[in-house]
Amino acid sequence: MRQFPTAPAPHLPERNSVRKVMVTVMVMLLPGTLVQAGFFGPGVLVQIGLAAIIALALEAVCLRLRGQRLAPFLGDGSAVVTAWLFALCLPPLAPWWLALTGMVAAIVVGKHLYGGLGHNLFNPAMVGFAVVLVCFPLSMAQWPAAAGAGATIGSGTLSLLEVLTAIFSGQPPAPGWDGLSQATPLDLARQHLASGATIDELAARADYAQARTAWTWIAAAFAAGGIGLCLRRVADWRTPAAVIATTVVLGLLAAMIDADRHVPASSQLLTGGLVLAAFFIATDPVTGATTPRGRWLFGAGVAALTLAIRRWGAYPDGIAFAILLMNAAAPLIDRLTPPRIVGRRR
Amino acid sequence: MDSSDSGADGAAPLRRLPPPARLYLPLLQHQGEPARPCVEIGQQVAKGQCLGRAAGELSAPVHAPTSGRVVAIVERDIGHASGRALPCIELEPDGQERWQRLTPWPDWYRRRPNELLSRLAEAGVTGLGGASYPTAAKLALAPSMPNLGDAAAATCDLPEPTSPPAPVPARIETLIINAVECEPWIGCDDALLRAHPDQVLAGAALLGHVLGAARVLIAVDSDLGDARQALAATLDGALAGSRPAHATTTDTTSGPRPDHRVPGSVAGKNLSPDPGQEASALAGLPAAVLQPLAIVPVSGRYPQGGERQLVHTLTGHALAAGRWPREVGVACVNVGTAAACWRAVASGEPLVERIVTVTGPGVRSPVNLVAPLGTPVADLVAAAGGYSERAARLVLGGPMMGRALANDGVPLGKSGNCILVLAAAPAGDDQVMPCIRCGECARVCPSKLLPQQLHFHLQARQWPRAAALGLADCIECGLCAQVCPSRIPLLAWFQHGKGELAWQQRSAVQAEAAQQRHQLRQQRLDRDAADQAQRLRAREQVTPDPGAGPLPPAVAAALARARARGKSPADAPQDSPSA
Ligand code: SF4
Ligand code: SF4
Repeated sequence: MRQFPTAPAPHLPERNSVRKVMVTVMVMLLPGTLVQAGFFGPGVLVQIGLAAIIALALEAVCLRLRGQRLAPFLGDGSAVVTAWLFALCLPPLAPWWLALTGMVAAIVVGKHLYGGLGHNLFNPAMVGFAVVLVCFPLSMAQWPAAAGAGATIGSGTLSLLEVLTAIFSGQPPAPGWDGLSQATPLDLARQHLASGATIDELAARADYAQARTAWTWIAAAFAAGGIGLCLRRVADWRTPAAVIATTVVLGLLAAMIDADRHVPASSQLLTGGLVLAAFFIATDPVTGATTPRGRWLFGAGVAALTLAIRRWGAYPDGIAFAILLMNAAAPLIDRLTPPRIVGRRR
Repeated sequence: MDSSDSGADGAAPLRRLPPPARLYLPLLQHQGEPARPCVEIGQQVAKGQCLGRAAGELSAPVHAPTSGRVVAIVERDIGHASGRALPCIELEPDGQERWQRLTPWPDWYRRRPNELLSRLAEAGVTGLGGASYPTAAKLALAPSMPNLGDAAAATCDLPEPTSPPAPVPARIETLIINAVECEPWIGCDDALLRAHPDQVLAGAALLGHVLGAARVLIAVDSDLGDARQALAATLDGALAGSRPAHATTTDTTSGPRPDHRVPGSVAGKNLSPDPGQEASALAGLPAAVLQPLAIVPVSGRYPQGGERQLVHTLTGHALAAGRWPREVGVACVNVGTAAACWRAVASGEPLVERIVTVTGPGVRSPVNLVAPLGTPVADLVAAAGGYSERAARLVLGGPMMGRALANDGVPLGKSGNCILVLAAAPAGDDQVMPCIRCGECARVCPSKLLPQQLHFHLQARQWPRAAALGLADCIECGLCAQVCPSRIPLLAWFQHGKGELAWQQRSAVQAEAAQQRHQLRQQRLDRDAADQAQRLRAREQVTPDPGAGPLPPAVAAALARARARGKSPADAPQDSPSA
């Protein structure tokens, strides 16, 4: 009689894994990341690498402290994805302590204090982003001018060595660095509208137009990767669809009320991190809603809160806070939107 | 049936397996109570002779798959859900295949449903699709079958009902014959359709007759083109050549029936079983019993072969947990079961063999076998060319819902549709990670449950919460566990949770029963005590009676002392027998 090891059903061999999910996310992040690096220089990639190394080190320490096995969790890729998403939100020449602070907040507080992978209530990358945004608002606002037509010196023209020096010394790369820095389109729009000018005057500004073009390209590349993510069914399409639809609808409504005083829907969507957030952050399964109807609500909530914070809040881009607020609401949304069990009434 | 089952087209050939050196017949091959052995050790038995009788309403008898000698009754691992070793009758075949049949009823269409039901019970027919519910009991639950408990409980020594009750109006509208393979890899239904389309059709007609169903839908996986063509050709042939029941029905039967027409004749492709070997099961049947039959292709996408899924697809009735197809006028019977029913009735053969698929990367040459029940898995695998080097996991049933066996000494039971030998999973494949709430499980769940939430509450041992989330609606298809990137054994959790809930409900019922028993006992004890006291008083009054004579002084004194304590010494030791 031959003996066999037993295991619970099902027994099909080919299976999915958390690691595969995370690797797919990273692959789909690549196009947007590369385009962003094209406009803003190697600093983008350096920030990602730096954050990832810090994240893995912190993850290892936390796992050890919590008495968990290192190999499966370090290898699952979730810490790297967190670091990557966080780093994409950093200005490319931000000093190293921003990444460190952000990662401590993300991995230690946002993830492991809540019980590690799968148990965190808030998206770790957004916890990290929100913390550095609150702690270092000035550093976070210093985006260099995007390379491209009309830019005299973009950070895209800095060498890797200059970038590394800037990041690790915390000093500007060259004496004229201040001239390099340029507000993001959202910042510009904000200052501009606050000073009483109209959208048309804003659009006529060369620096705004240039920045807007760069960010639009970046958003398009992230959208391409994001659609791939949905097609691979790693992300549910409902969430990004809800974010985008809500943004467009609210943007159009605002424009109908007063087109001169409101940023148009297209700029709301394409400048700033809304597309990235819609496809890669709001779709984070752990911290989002999981029911089909819940995902619509979740996405709509993210978009509405983001626009509200952009309009009335103290920060130019409210995505981090919008996501965190919706994270807190996700369990409630799930409870209120259970799918109908086959053969039962709602 | 004779020994030629080969010659069928198909992915894997259908071969007949002769009885191995030893057969182990579990007394529990069905849902319900195990059969009670009715043979003695050392006894010679004939093929088809009853070895164990049905025990009660929900049970089924067990018959000898071949002639031989009863060697022992042993406890053996039979791959039961409980993991327990259960009693099996060990049979040593004598190689003679000496039959002892029930009376064949080729004219079954003249018999009343009740008679046929008792025959199915007597022949030990159970569902061959996997659940193995005794078929007679299942059919007797149909709304058109009141008070057929006797039929369902019929055992192999019960006389046939002498005066069957009058036929009752049928309320099962639709009978579905399920020929959609329930899981990937399994091919026994396909093999049956190719080899014996006539028996399938006859079985379908028989069950339609028993239930009085207005239509009988034979649901065939749309991927099984050959099998469906064989079936359709056979049905067309039978309808063309069948005996008209009434003059009025002749026209309709001989006309074209678009349902069954399949372009291109298949007669020349030798898809039907060799006609010379065996008379068609449909020969001589009146057209009326074949009229309700229709062949419908359905998508074979898992878990379409599930009863509820099929009922939903074909009739549009979505059934929640606790509701049954019969409540919407639908009955659903597996195709192998239908053929077995026909054999039990028309040829008088009890259920002693079944078709089993032996396949997977772990066997050398996958095959469909007609195997005697009780054949150890090792012999089945040997018939498929033996294990390949890659064999690493042995599964009874399909890949999604099957049970991994700890050894290959497990015997084939009535529910054994497939032996699947799988290769080793890649290393580290079993690392369970925490749920990342990706929702994949919810996306694939055919019952539209939220497996991740169910799992969460089960893990927290919040049984009522899990029940409220529809744990009972889980059809245990295993899809959620299959897609889970965190490799959480969701299906195992749900089976565990269901078991736990059932156990709790049972203990609640038992606790109540115990409470009642306790109260009754207390009442009885009180009553007994009162009786005793009364008798004692009566005796005291009687004691002075001259006829009884005076008590000896010592006894009188003892009695007086006891009375002073308020208790008779004679009562004390007699307190317990009433318990
Ligand atoms: S598939 Fe697995 S990881 Fe994903 S939600 Fe379901 S249980 Fe959680
Ligand atoms: S096993 Fe999983 S997928 Fe299948 S019905 Fe149950 S919960 Fe749904």
